[in-house]
Amino acid sequence: MSVEFDQKVHDTLADANLQLAIYTSTGRLKRGRVASVSGEAMPDYQELRDQAHAIKKHAIDNLDYYLEEFERNVTARGGKVIYCKDATAVADFVLGLAKERGVRLIVKSKSMTTEEVDLNERLEHHGLESVETDLGEYILQLAHEKPYHIVLPALHKTRYDVADIFTRELHVPRETVIEKQTALACGVLRDKFLAADIGISGANFLVADSGSIVIIENEGNARLTTTAPKIHIVLAGIEKVIPRARDLATFLKLLARSATGQLLSAYTSVLSGARRPGEIDGPDEFYVVLLDNGRTRLLPDKGKRQTLYCIRCGACLNACPVYRKIGGYSFPWVYSGPIGAILTPQFMGVSHEPALPFASSLCGACGEVCPVKIDIPKVLLDLRSDVKKAEAREGQGRMERLAFRAFAWLMTHPRAYEMACRMAALMAPSGDGSWLKSVPPLMNLPPVRAWLSQRDLPPPPAKSFRELWRHRR
Amino acid sequence: MTRDGILHRIRTALGRSAGQAASPAVPPVRLVIPEIDREARIGLFTARLEALGGKTQRAANGDEARALVAAALEGKTAVASNAPLLAGCGIAELPGVETGITDRAHLQARCAAVNVGITSADFALADTGSLVMLSSAQEARLISLLPREHIAVVPMERMLTGLDELFTLLPRPAEQTSSMVLITGPSRTADIEQILVKGAHGPGQVTVILVG
Repeated sequence: MSVEFDQKVHDTLADANLQLAIYTSTGRLKRGRVASVSGEAMPDYQELRDQAHAIKKHAIDNLDYYLEEFERNVTARGGKVIYCKDATAVADFVLGLAKERGVRLIVKSKSMTTEEVDLNERLEHHGLESVETDLGEYILQLAHEKPYHIVLPALHKTRYDVADIFTRELHVPRETVIEKQTALACGVLRDKFLAADIGISGANFLVADSGSIVIIENEGNARLTTTAPKIHIVLAGIEKVIPRARDLATFLKLLARSATGQLLSAYTSVLSGARRPGEIDGPDEFYVVLLDNGRTRLLPDKGKRQTLYCIRCGACLNACPVYRKIGGYSFPWVYSGPIGAILTPQFMGVSHEPALPFASSLCGACGEVCPVKIDIPKVLLDLRSDVKKAEAREGQGRMERLAFRAFAWLMTHPRAYEMACRMAALMAPSGDGSWLKSVPPLMNLPPVRAWLSQRDLPPPPAKSFRELWRHRR
Repeated sequence: MTRDGILHRIRTALGRSAGQAASPAVPPVRLVIPEIDREARIGLFTARLEALGGKTQRAANGDEARALVAAALEGKTAVASNAPLLAGCGIAELPGVETGITDRAHLQARCAAVNVGITSADFALADTGSLVMLSSAQEARLISLLPREHIAVVPMERMLTGLDELFTLLPRPAEQTSSMVLITGPSRTADIEQILVKGAHGPGQVTVILVG
């Protein structure tokens, strides 16, 4: 475990207010999901999950085919598709277009993919103003922070934090009433919408058979971002493509329910290119930037490929007992929770944060709530195996391997095992669970010390199960 | 070229070759349209929309619809879309209502200034309480978005059961319009302390008048 990861986990655990915020927010989303997918509310929920999984699997297994079909259909309607391999390529494209059109102000709707490539920072570095318009994202942009949760980016901010941020950054009188804070931010942002020349959005889905992109949101900022400015740029990962618009009937029913418990989000936009002749408003230019940024690295492994089925609903975060304690910022990249624990190591390489696949109790809750049935626990296990293999290649973990070999030997030799148990019982002074800490040579072993820093080991009983069993017979 | 490089990497990883068809065949589409009679659809739509803080009203005909809109306006200013239905029942001529806008910049300026946006809708979805709006010369996008209040006048025959029926009727919305938006209740946010606030960037009030 890296020192940084360890430190962030400890900081989060020690912050009582943050613990309460994480617990109540994820709890509310969790209950919303459960109520909206119950057998009574949605009798065909499991069939829809199977269907969603089958479609995603098919689309990823034939990714090149559907990307080309998508591209053909976007191009046929006058749009342009740009493939980018990484963050620099995305920034270069946007900067180039902005320069060509003399653009200074860009509005942005919420997109994890733009977070992934640090788009705002890169654009601002080159003198452009790029404004987040989702309320939570706007607060974080003003505070210079990253999203805490896929669906609730500013989960960790209270109304008082927001008041401080607005007063400091917007030079307005301090306001702590949430309705008024919302109105204040929306007022500032409305002027930005009406003045901006480029709107950048993400996409929840790319539809191959029609060249459409789909955006799901509640505030209306994504509709404004994709309607008011003359130029609309979509940034989406290549894995977002689905074969047919009709498949949306399946995915739309699952996404909002899994994310927040809503039947549908307030706004679902199916956008297909620039405005057509006769249409009064909408953008004049339409670009779709398709991002690789490590995604193709996930394709060769048939088992782990399913990580790319993710539709970013956040349900696994809310269900995860680990996320609900260690929060979003403990995770080393923009994707947190169980999905972050399997995405990040595959995008960045397992050595980026080797502890990540181990930050799970493997309780299985994440896999159970996943609307597209990604077997997250299975992928976590595969990644743990990858981490250990990488360590072995680098000659690390010798002690651990030795210990496990000894353990395996002990467990397969009943007499030796029994002897060891008896010795442990003799060595242990009876009484409380901290007995092992009083055995100095053991405590000096770093792994034992680390393990016991968080836990006790109950003292062994006077008689083992095997002995009791023998007496019985 | 980046494009070819990325597609090549994908094909190599998947063991596919350029131009190869998708295989095995794509899973069949899953569209299941339930039988829900007219009154039940209205009941469901009303319940869903009201649960989100929206309002549903019923009008027997265009005259009644106009009277309902007139009562809702009460001196407020409004932009009405160019939907023939709104002109047909006289809503477009109500005092304070501007209509017939075809210029983009003018539309944006007016929508940002008035209190109410009045539109029709191409469909309504009973099982989610949604409006389906296809952008066209008759329906601009911003009228249902910029004003603080949105009133939609929708003939009953456009009430569908839900998403499955919508995508059965419009298997490829891209063929009809550059923008199909499903509007489900008022604009909302819960980004600060998860306290629900209605009316973030879009209208905080949505009223649907069902005609017929």
